[in-house]
Formats: sequence, structure tokens, C-alpha cells
Amino acid sequence: MSELVTKSAADLVALMESGEVSSREVVDAHLARIEEVDGHARPDGDLTESDVHAFLALTAEQARRHADDVDQRRATGHPLGPLAGVPLALKDVITMRGAPTTVGSRMLQGWEPPYDATVTTRLRAADIVVLGKTNMDEFAMGSSTENSAYGNTRNPWDLGRVPGGSSGGSAAAVAGLMAPLAIGTDTGGSIRQPAAVCGVVGAKPTYGAVSRYGLVAFASSLDQAGPFARTVEDAALLQAAIHGHDPLDSTSITQELPDLFADLRAGVDGLRIGVVTELQGDGYELGVEAAFRDSLARYEAMGAVISEVSLPHAPFGLPAYYLIAPSECSSNLARFDGVRYGNRVDAPTAEEMNAATRAAGFGPEVKRRIMIGTHALSSGYYDAYYLQASKVRRLIADDFVAAFDQVDVVVSPTSPTVAFPFGSKTADPIAMYLNDVATVPASLAGVPAISVPNGRDDAGLPVGLQIMAPLLRDDLMYRVAWALEQDLGLSPIPTGGNAVAVPQGV
Amino acid sequence: MLARLSLTDGEIDRLAPQLSQILAYAEQVSEVAADDVEPMTHPFPLRNVMREDQPRPSLPRDLLLSQAPEVQDDRFAVPRIVAEEG
Repeated sequence: MSELVTKSAADLVALMESGEVSSREVVDAHLARIEEVDGHARPDGDLTESDVHAFLALTAEQARRHADDVDQRRATGHPLGPLAGVPLALKDVITMRGAPTTVGSRMLQGWEPPYDATVTTRLRAADIVVLGKTNMDEFAMGSSTENSAYGNTRNPWDLGRVPGGSSGGSAAAVAGLMAPLAIGTDTGGSIRQPAAVCGVVGAKPTYGAVSRYGLVAFASSLDQAGPFARTVEDAALLQAAIHGHDPLDSTSITQELPDLFADLRAGVDGLRIGVVTELQGDGYELGVEAAFRDSLARYEAMGAVISEVSLPHAPFGLPAYYLIAPSECSSNLARFDGVRYGNRVDAPTAEEMNAATRAAGFGPEVKRRIMIGTHALSSGYYDAYYLQASKVRRLIADDFVAAFDQVDVVVSPTSPTVAFPFGSKTADPIAMYLNDVATVPASLAGVPAISVPNGRDDAGLPVGLQIMAPLLRDDLMYRVAWALEQDLGLSPIPTGGNAVAVPQGV
Repeated sequence: MLARLSLTDGEIDRLAPQLSQILAYAEQVSEVAADDVEPMTHPFPLRNVMREDQPRPSLPRDLLLSQAPEVQDDRFAVPRIVAEEG
């Protein structure tokens, strides 16, 4: 039943509801696929150049038990949720009891969280079966997953290239047919950019729509969990399973989002789509630009009204983000002090122990951001850095409000480049940060944004289109993405000379 | 000091120019933000969120302590905090 791993979540549910396959068979097929192509179980040094290494830990036994339980309840006519029995890969930044949560860091190696994140609780309530925890840039800081303390994840479309980041493991698990669904988190683009370069759908919901309880914090005013899938419908189904108010998160919004499915298939006829002037041109690869132009032409042919709109302060989004996010991170990561959880390096005094523990536990990018953030918040520099950045954030949010007076959604390429080779940007932090140039404006404003595959470059590597909608209009974001997906009819299955092996007959 | 990170000389040599480069890049924010712009720290205006003042069980002590690097007498143990008199 190897073709099961190519099916969408919605198709798998239909097969399970008609009794053609069981959840156990679906879960076993995906576990077999992971065993074949992922190499997760081998220690870092033994990973080969053909191992994707999307997973840091598997929860195979729990997954099989959960699947059997779903099958039993389905057999007895028990009511089940719309994604019951479907397997999922969970980013290792979200806590789940019974498995380690490392956040891609040595700091938390071996830590088993004593509680479930609200996202985990909701997945379980929906009877979505968690297969394991996925690799990521340490503490979600990075755009290539090369900052993981546990080795690289390879892009299923070209095993010599990065899967993007920070949710690179989740994106690669879905692209590599190891799970039809995954959860990622997005602070400045960490769902959308890996989705784009791995050729899958990835959405950052409206800030506050998905609870942050149990999500190990990086930048609290920006962090948002969201779905990865190979179809837009699957992504919307997964978001619907996890979003909603949570009293355990004080920033969880109380407003209800519109039904994500009421107009999902309504098309774009008559919708006004704005092309962001500042998020195109210089710095965007030719293949990315060509796919973008093709998508705009398709939308126009489907009846949408295309116009240019300006987000005049968008070019200042990246510098503002790289002050705000490190500032919040320097505060949030103060908790890793070697006292209550995680690892400790012994030293004669508590202060020396804190400093030695953090020196050994954090990698270079985390150290850079802690130092930048500490500096930006320190007295004497606060006004010049953090305060100025917070003002730019206001200007960008106001730009979106003005844009959404003229158009229904705005679009841009998700990432200026396709997946890049390992090591090509690790020596230059700014070059790595530029991957997020198109994604940070929506993060700063809190508006929902999605990346949907919109073509391939000349080398056959995936490209993504970003659709940004007004606050709380996640439904509109999915609707516009769905229309393009249907019009393009791209296969999500990796192809190319250096792609991961796909099941025979597919 | 504030960051509680001890760095090796090699790390300082590598990080110092990188941090200068990142800060120089980030300083662009001062070009646009006028005095009359209200800073924004959050996508939605924040307010205090209160919950019902009702007791509920907390996580078991043993479970929490089981993840600590060092425990003594049902407490988190740390090295001495105050330096000895010289």
C-alpha cells in the first residue's frame, strides 16, 4: 500500500470512512516510508547523503496504538473528527508528553516536557495521529535548518539543498511523503519559506488564532503555529483542528475566525488582488519572478482584478524584525539557566554555572541573537533600536490597513530564491536573514499569510506564492490559494535527478 | 554580562564583526520612524487577562523535579549564589 503515502489527508479520510483502509494501515505505510528515506534513528554521524532526516524522534508505538483506537471507534460508529486517523509530523518546538522536546538545541537534549501544548491536546482531541517530532533550526532561529544541533535536514526535491527553515523538518516530512500533514511555527517566515522551497502548502494563521501554550517561546509577539500540507484544503482542515481561543494563552484572540470552508471553492472572480510593489524585482531570482508573473496572469484569467499596491515601509521590515525578534528572544531565553530543566555545566558559583551552561547549550545563531537583543534593550540603546523598530512595526501594520482598503488580498513571492545548497549562506548572517525579506512584513502586522506552490524554476526546484489577507480573514487567504492550486494542477511529488526516491508506480 | 553567556576568545573574534554588521544593518529603522509614531509591540492591543479565581491541581512536584539537573530535599539545587568573604 505504498501509494497511500502520496494521498492527501482528505483522500485518506475518505478511504478510511469507506472502510477501504484502516488508520493503522495508513500509519504503518508512513512509518515504513520514514524508515526507508529518513534515517532519523541513526546517530548524526551515520546519516547518509540520501537520508532526508526530517525527524528527530519517532513515536511509532504511541502512533500505532492511537491508530488502532481510532479504527476501533470508527468500527463501532463512534463520531470522529474530520481528520481522524490521519498521521502528522510535529515540529520539535511544541511539547508533547511521552517524547523528548529538544527545540533543535543541546540545551534541552533529553528533556521530556511534563505537559502537552494546547496544539498537541487539540490534535489528540481531533484523533490526528502524531508520528514524531521534526528537526528545526535551534529555537526556531534560522532559514535553512542548518542551525539545528542535531544535523541537517535535506530537501526532498534536491538532497544537496536546504529545506528552508526554521520548520525545515516539518516541510521535508510532508514533501518527502512521510506525513500528509505537519505542524510548524512561524515567527518571521518559518512556515512559509520552507513550504515554498519544499513545494508544499504552509500557512501562518492570524496572530493569536492558534494557542502558544506549550510552544517553546522565541519571540512571543510574533510566534504562531500553523499547518503544512500538500493541498490547500488539507492545510485549512488542519488549521481548523488547532485554532480557537485558549484561556491558557493570554494573547490568544477571542474573536472567531470566519468558516474556512464556506467559500474555499468560490474562486477569485471579482476579487481584487494587490501586487506589493516593494516585494519584487531586485534580489528575486529570475525563476521566482517568472513563476510570480505566471500566477498573476492566471489570477487575471480567472477574473481577479490585479493592481499594484504599495507597502511603503516593507523594506524596513527586515531590519525592524532583526531588532524586535532578538529583543524578545533575549528575554524569553533567560529561562535556560541550568536550574529547573535542561542541561547544566557545573561551576563554583550560580552565576558562573548559568554562563557556562548557556555557553555550552546554545549554538552560534542563538548566541548572536541573545547578544543583539540584550544590546537593543539595554539602557542607552533602547530608544535607538527597540523603540525605533516598534515604530516601524506600527508603520508597516498601517501600510497593510491602507492596502486592504484598496484590495482584498496582497501577494508576493514567498522567498526571493529557491532552495540553496548547504553551507552557501552560513558564513554571512545578513545573507541568511534576507531569505525572510518577503515574509516578515505579515509577521510584524500579525496578518494571516500562506505560501502555495506556484511553479518550478529552470532547474525544476519548487517556487511559492505568498498570499496575505487582512487580520482574521484566514478564510480569504485559503480561498485565493485554492484557486491557484486548482488552476495550476501541479503534482506535489518530488522529481529531479537528486530528489528523494518515490514509491514505485507513482 | 547581561546575557549571562561566557564566550571564548575565538567566539569573540568571530562574533564581534558579525554583531557590528547586524546592528549597522538594523540601524536603518532610525531613517523612517518619526517622533509622532506610536510604537507597536503586539498585533492586537493587549489587555490584562484574568481567569476565574478557582483552585485547580498543579503539575505533580516529582514530575517537575525529575527534569531538573540537580535536586536536593524536594527543591532545585544550585551552586552557592553569594561569594565567600575573602
